[in-house]
Amino acid sequence: MADDAEVLARLRAGDQEAFAELVDRYHAPMLRLAGGFVPTRAVAEEVVQDTWLGVVRGIERFEGRSSLKTWLFRILVNRARTVAVRERRTTPLEQGDDPAVPAERFGPDGTWATPPAPWADSVDQRLLDNETAQLIRACIDRLPDPQRQVVLLRDVEGLPAADVCAVLGVSDGNQRVLLHRGRSRIRRMLEDEMGKG
Amino acid sequence: MPFFRRRSVVCREAVELVTDYLEGALSARDRARLEAHLADCPHCTEYFRQMRITIEAMGRVEPESLSPEARDDLVALYRRWQAG
Repeated sequence: MADDAEVLARLRAGDQEAFAELVDRYHAPMLRLAGGFVPTRAVAEEVVQDTWLGVVRGIERFEGRSSLKTWLFRILVNRARTVAVRERRTTPLEQGDDPAVPAERFGPDGTWATPPAPWADSVDQRLLDNETAQLIRACIDRLPDPQRQVVLLRDVEGLPAADVCAVLGVSDGNQRVLLHRGRSRIRRMLEDEMGKG
Repeated sequence: MPFFRRRSVVCREAVELVTDYLEGALSARDRARLEAHLADCPHCTEYFRQMRITIEAMGRVEPESLSPEARDDLVALYRRWQAG
């Protein structure tokens, strides 16, 4: 994505192509994020469309104090939450204690009983290959909503921690717990996938 | 407040600390204790490596592209919003 300042200038000038580029880059991630707040895909589509309208209307007033990306997600989450209330659906609170690794993998002294099977270098390469993007997206989609939101914004979209806290309205500590649980689950899912050989 | 009440870290604890470690949220003392454990434990070292790979893999997920039709629909909406 081109430099924020450049995109902003083009958007303010009403450059349709700049808008198309923004949509290309962010529509799918926004849809994915919205899906964690609202009950159906159709409603998620509505939320994202409302967000684009909000962007077009708000672009003049945007002061650039946050990044354009953070601003987009902030509008999206606010809209999604408003609609979620209307649809009478709340994101479930984080349930209970989710250990990073199931307890039975450790012995009574807390050392590994069933250590992680090493991921061979060839597997590393495969994981970093874009073909496995589908697998990773599927894993992320299986996370509980609060964990998925943090993982999407932090690890997939690369927003800094402080911005994620602002967008989601959570404390830094809370954000870190969700990130930890989400990442741990993804690792487990990838481990299971690779176990299928 | 230090996380570790015992002198050394145990594997079951270490796996819960990987995020705090990578985020730089551990105290210097806790970080030192964790690193001492990692130096001695190939299993936890492997685990931390797998977590790093997982994070990197997520970072490399390209944004899914929009279908040309969906893109065109949104651009058409944009033109209407600009006009209206």
